[in-house]
Amino acid sequence: MAKILDKQRYKCAMSAMSTVQAIERAIPILHSGPGCAQKLSNSSGSSGYFSPNIFPCTSINEEDVVFGGEKKLRSTIENSLKIIDADLYVVLTGCTPEIVGDTVEDVVSDFVDAKKPVIFASTPGFKGNNYKGHEWVVNSIVEQYLKPSDHKTKGLVNIWADVPYQDEFWAGNFRELEKLVAELGLIPNTIFGYKRGIENINKIPEAQFNLLVSPWVGLENVKIMEEKFGTPYLHYPTLPIGAFETSKFLRAVGEFAGVDKEKVEAIITEKEEYYYYYIERFADLFLETRVMSKKFTIVADAQYALGITKFLVNDLGLFPAKQFIVDDTPKEFRKDIEGYFKDLNYDIEADVSFITDGYKIHKEIESIDYHGYPLILGGYWEKEIAAKVNAHFLNVSWPVNERLVMNSYYVGYDGGLKLIEDIYSVVKTRFN
Amino acid sequence: MAMQLDISDIGTRESRLGSITGYVGDLKDLATQSNCGSLKGCARCFSQSSTCLSSCALSQLAGIRDVAVVHHGPSGCSVTGTGIYAVTKQVAAKRGIINNSVYIGTDMNEEDTIFGAGDALKDIVLETYKRYKPKAIFVSSSCATGIIGEDIDSIVDDLREEIDVPIAAVHCEGFKSRIWATGFDISDHAVLSTIVQPPKQKRNTINFKNFFESARDEIIEIFKNFDVVPTFLYANATVEELSHISEALATVSICGTLGNYLGNGLEEKYGVPYIRTINPLGVVGFETWLREIGKVIHKETEVEKYIEVERTKYLPQIEEVAKELKGLKAVLGMGPGYTFEVSRVLQELGIEVLHAAAWHYDKKYDNGEVPPAMEFLLENNPNFEVSVADQQNFEVLNILNRLQPDVYLSRHPGSTVWAIKQGFPAVYVADEYMIFGYKGTLDFAHTVLDTIRNRSFEKNLAKRVKLPYTDWWYKQESGLFLENK
Repeated sequence: MAKILDKQRYKCAMSAMSTVQAIERAIPILHSGPGCAQKLSNSSGSSGYFSPNIFPCTSINEEDVVFGGEKKLRSTIENSLKIIDADLYVVLTGCTPEIVGDTVEDVVSDFVDAKKPVIFASTPGFKGNNYKGHEWVVNSIVEQYLKPSDHKTKGLVNIWADVPYQDEFWAGNFRELEKLVAELGLIPNTIFGYKRGIENINKIPEAQFNLLVSPWVGLENVKIMEEKFGTPYLHYPTLPIGAFETSKFLRAVGEFAGVDKEKVEAIITEKEEYYYYYIERFADLFLETRVMSKKFTIVADAQYALGITKFLVNDLGLFPAKQFIVDDTPKEFRKDIEGYFKDLNYDIEADVSFITDGYKIHKEIESIDYHGYPLILGGYWEKEIAAKVNAHFLNVSWPVNERLVMNSYYVGYDGGLKLIEDIYSVVKTRFN
Repeated sequence: MAMQLDISDIGTRESRLGSITGYVGDLKDLATQSNCGSLKGCARCFSQSSTCLSSCALSQLAGIRDVAVVHHGPSGCSVTGTGIYAVTKQVAAKRGIINNSVYIGTDMNEEDTIFGAGDALKDIVLETYKRYKPKAIFVSSSCATGIIGEDIDSIVDDLREEIDVPIAAVHCEGFKSRIWATGFDISDHAVLSTIVQPPKQKRNTINFKNFFESARDEIIEIFKNFDVVPTFLYANATVEELSHISEALATVSICGTLGNYLGNGLEEKYGVPYIRTINPLGVVGFETWLREIGKVIHKETEVEKYIEVERTKYLPQIEEVAKELKGLKAVLGMGPGYTFEVSRVLQELGIEVLHAAAWHYDKKYDNGEVPPAMEFLLENNPNFEVSVADQQNFEVLNILNRLQPDVYLSRHPGSTVWAIKQGFPAVYVADEYMIFGYKGTLDFAHTVLDTIRNRSFEKNLAKRVKLPYTDWWYKQESGLFLENK
């Protein structure tokens, strides 16, 4: 049922157009109203090879609502193939055609012999948010485009993580996850960002296993791939940030892939030495700042709420106050996720709430005694409450405003250092 | 056309103003066809995404100070509120005020499309009122609620009994008009029908319709010369201020597309004169506009005195830079409120307009007359190519490729970047005051000059990127996909 969306943290399923956009040379064709793409587009890193104002769109009008928009969809697909030079065309449906009952699947099936692949995903806004829409697009690629492969490439690992563009750091995070996996001697395969695209999509069925780095997003995808291609998967819920979690991550992936333990430990030792070279040099700052608090709150999707909580507790020795997960996590995953927040050093357990009402989140933050300056990492909405409770504030989750992220990342050893830089760049704006 | 302020919905621009979104030809032909009634807008059998009228309507309303917008629809519709929140906070901070407006969604789901969500909507509006005590509430529909027939008018009527601030039903089904500017009219209608009160006294104010009041301080200073105070609409305006706009001496607008409905409405209902000259962009525009204001508020002498002083200061500087611009060739793509205005300014500066693409075209405004900027060009300037391009990027790039201009000017996010990728310098005429008055004209002329003098950025980029369109497309006519030509 409809619910109050106060300080909204996600968009509708058709924002999965950004998932398509994140695949180089893949283009969404929108069967929707004329303005959906502009509304759903992210102004951050949007003018790539394709941008939302390039996306073909049937621009549904009143007549199409009455008589159906199938004819227009057909001519739009036909002409998209002629005008736009892409490797993959993904038809996405908005609210209107789904309610009036356009048979999109039939129209798309007419393009089975087109010179380039044309697939579709049902993504009406009322069916779910963009975390789900992202999964549906990946499912469409798996189900409609890919075929099982007899050939498996040893060591080839498909890496899946959270939602491009919704995660402001997606581009950098993916690259760093690849580097970590490659350190183990494995061959990473991702489909999002610079020079990945259709060739990497084609390799998906050949992988030795799927690595899903997310609390819940994408679980549906790796299960479908297991069924269709027989690819096993490792579900690693925590986005690894900083030394403690990244080393754990490397051990888990290494073990799953059958990498020699000694080799893994040697890599970890080297990486931790490197990481602690920097931590040691700056430890005085961390300890001897008058204004750094011990207690923090994260307001983010499950990915960042969990990843950053683990980092701040297990790496930096801070204490979780209350954490808020705002991605409307499907109920079936919530219990497991709560469990991950209880698995912290020194038996520390983080209290976590699944909540989409920003007003209530802010009321709760106001009621917490942080026993010092609160540290709040969240969406742009938290800037206001952070000012009210005199907190250090860093905007890490959607919506992200007033900061620019191009290729930086929070994943891994270097990602942890970057997050520390960002936090202390805020902390250092105060003396006392 | 008589405005009906007693009903919440209004006709689209297509039906009220004969507006079109598809045309290829030239200025004179467009005017002739408009006059003799033969101009029929063309649809496209291929189009790219453009803009939703709800974005225009609701971002206008959400900018008003301390109000609430409740957008009834799936979470993608209400995402407008996220961007607006950041803008609202920044433009309020610039002015040193606090704007506590909120934009609430209803996160409609599949079940709601079957059973409706009227009760939930009612609860959400009441909860919003309880939380924020807004000074006015705007309850909007969306495509999904429109199709399932959610009766937001009745819901709003019921809510009036429980809520003692102005509350309006705002009809924003995105499919009903191809022209997003219909959204501006929708927001004006909501303000006129629920907030504006009949006049009790005349005030020494001028309603100034704009977007984000970036030239606020400058305009306050200018108007001091004429002993009037501008009331900027809608960003940062209070509901109290809006309730009195019927008492103003006149209404002006920085953009004809933006101001048309409110200006004509206030004139028709409350006798507030709407200044309908060309807009205050460029020297001719600014002076024509200012003189008309002087006439309407009986300050002709003061206006002439002001013009004389400012001319001495700025005209030599403008003429100096115009020498450098002379002979440059430009293509521009903008909403019609700016296309024909900026075309005039470019020509004033000695730049040749090769082609002007208007995102839509209003055959007439709500007073039944041809838009003044168009009329001015027909009478005073050479003919040039015109298209009505509905923000269709592929058409614009095709036109640029054919005409190879020195510079492309555009006013909408995501459009200039494609010109530079194709190797053409581009000027983003983003701020509505970018070419305002003498100083704005001077700054604009320098911006164009600096842009074409250092082409490093676009050359560097263009050399390294591949364009998204096929060679085949560049060999076609830009209007290939227009139907019923």
